[in-house]
Amino acid sequence: MTSARANMGRSAAAHAILIAYTVLALYPVFLILINSVKGRRAIFNDPLSLPTAETFDPIGFQTVLEQGNFLLYFQNSLIVTVASLFFVLLFGAMAAFALAEYRFRGNLLMALYLALGIMIPIRLGTVAILEIMVAAGLVNTLTSLVLVYTAQGLPLAVFILSEFMRQVSDDLKNAARIDGLSEYRIFFTIALPLVRPAMATVAVFTMIPIWNDLWFPLILAPGEATKTLTLGSQIFLGQYVTDWNAVLAALSLAIFPVVVLYLIFSRQLIRGITKGAVK
Amino acid sequence: MSDRAQKRPFRWHIVVFLAPAVLIYTAIMIIPLFGTLNLSLFARAEDGTRVFVGLQNFRTLFGDDRWSDAFWNATGNNLWFFVIHMLVQNPIGIALAAILSTPKLRFAAFYRTAIFIPAILSFVIVGFVWKLILSPLWGVAPTFMDALGLGDWFAPWLGLERSALTTLALISVWQFVGIPMMLMYAALLSIPDEVLEAAEMDGITGASQFWKIKLPLLLPTIGIISILTFVGNFNAFDLIYVTQGALAGPNFTTDILGSYLFRTFFGFQLQLGDPNMGATVATVMFAIILVGVSIYLFGVQTRLRRYQF
Repeated sequence: MTSARANMGRSAAAHAILIAYTVLALYPVFLILINSVKGRRAIFNDPLSLPTAETFDPIGFQTVLEQGNFLLYFQNSLIVTVASLFFVLLFGAMAAFALAEYRFRGNLLMALYLALGIMIPIRLGTVAILEIMVAAGLVNTLTSLVLVYTAQGLPLAVFILSEFMRQVSDDLKNAARIDGLSEYRIFFTIALPLVRPAMATVAVFTMIPIWNDLWFPLILAPGEATKTLTLGSQIFLGQYVTDWNAVLAALSLAIFPVVVLYLIFSRQLIRGITKGAVK
Repeated sequence: MSDRAQKRPFRWHIVVFLAPAVLIYTAIMIIPLFGTLNLSLFARAEDGTRVFVGLQNFRTLFGDDRWSDAFWNATGNNLWFFVIHMLVQNPIGIALAAILSTPKLRFAAFYRTAIFIPAILSFVIVGFVWKLILSPLWGVAPTFMDALGLGDWFAPWLGLERSALTTLALISVWQFVGIPMMLMYAALLSIPDEVLEAAEMDGITGASQFWKIKLPLLLPTIGIISILTFVGNFNAFDLIYVTQGALAGPNFTTDILGSYLFRTFFGFQLQLGDPNMGATVATVMFAIILVGVSIYLFGVQTRLRRYQF
């Protein structure tokens, strides 16, 4: 059977290519992580080897924790991300429900209007956004960031969630209406729980760009008290650029939460992309 | 149905459901977007008031050497940035997806998860990681190249005018290759087995099956990937800012529209920020993205035949 052998050969080649690319994708990150716990001399003399008992030195992490306000930055990032996510999901689901459930004049127009923001980046409005925030006295507050990220996340959330809202069974909702449930109750007790898997997908898509954004924290909230982790580590890295231990440790601290979060949610994310593309 | 809807009393709940999303979206996204377009028609007078100047800002941007040189430089660089993504990132992403979708491939989930990891990291992390690795001080990259017998080829790429932009584009490719891979992978999975079985009956298998059967079915996905790449690239800023700073060194060779907008709007070192010129640059970026999206929507997407299964 030559075809069986050809299959084996092909599968070996496939694994070889995929392993090579996986190494290319992960090795740079791995390199940073292993060197972050080494002493300065080991970082330079032997960057590629794993830390040993001799070369182990947590001095970098000590510097970062003493010099930087990383706990505060982390807390700011967490507040901004969670609050924006909450509003995107709640308001997005409400709007998606209205668009998917009711027929009214201007329904399609409204859907198109909300979808506009998927293609046009909100960054282009930065000049006027800053003016609005200055006028409202919201510069250097986390509120300004939450507002911007909520607006940024809504278009895609509405778009994806209305697809799923359409699939919620009409019989179920009509039965509830006959039982006298209000439209609000139907939304919160029937529609929302049924689209929970889609909400998780939207949550992951919304969360990553917010957590990683540098542009709006830099422009709207650069003050020490409101720095996000991304901005804070950018500035820290710039200041400590010659202290390699500190730089490597700061990078490791920044990598860690995102990767952990990703590994927890990766199945959801991949399922979400797969589902979206099938549609 | 619609007749009945009109006779019903006004349905306030629709307004309640739509209001929060529409209000925030309109106030924070749409109004500022048009506000920015509007600001590009004004300039600051000597006494600090705003005066209407029509298209004068655009004339300055395109015609005044002090502005136009930097602007065209940034536009050209941005175009090159985009070309590299299209030529390197997307083909690699598609190839990886094609390999990943091999039936009964073991560890597919592991590879998929691992290759996507760089895409979730922030630009700050990615920029600095590569800055360290490519640094001649640390010597990780030269060591590697020595091991491959290419030691003489090493150069501090990020610091050279010739190679800095291409290097940055390749770093960005490294980071985002997972996105086209995932989208293509999903699209490949959605091709029904019957189609592939029919092809096999006709003796079309392996690579020729990919080129002749799968790829034509994937053209709509390739279109989406291209437009996402386009919008992302013409809006990019963070990676340049993190690795090369607001001055997009060396000697502005890595300046793209995003970093140019930042400098114009916010100012740097000796130049004062100018909100009106910033708005002008943003308007031009808006136009570029709009043209790209329109070409995609009306020129590409409508011509691609969609296959319904």
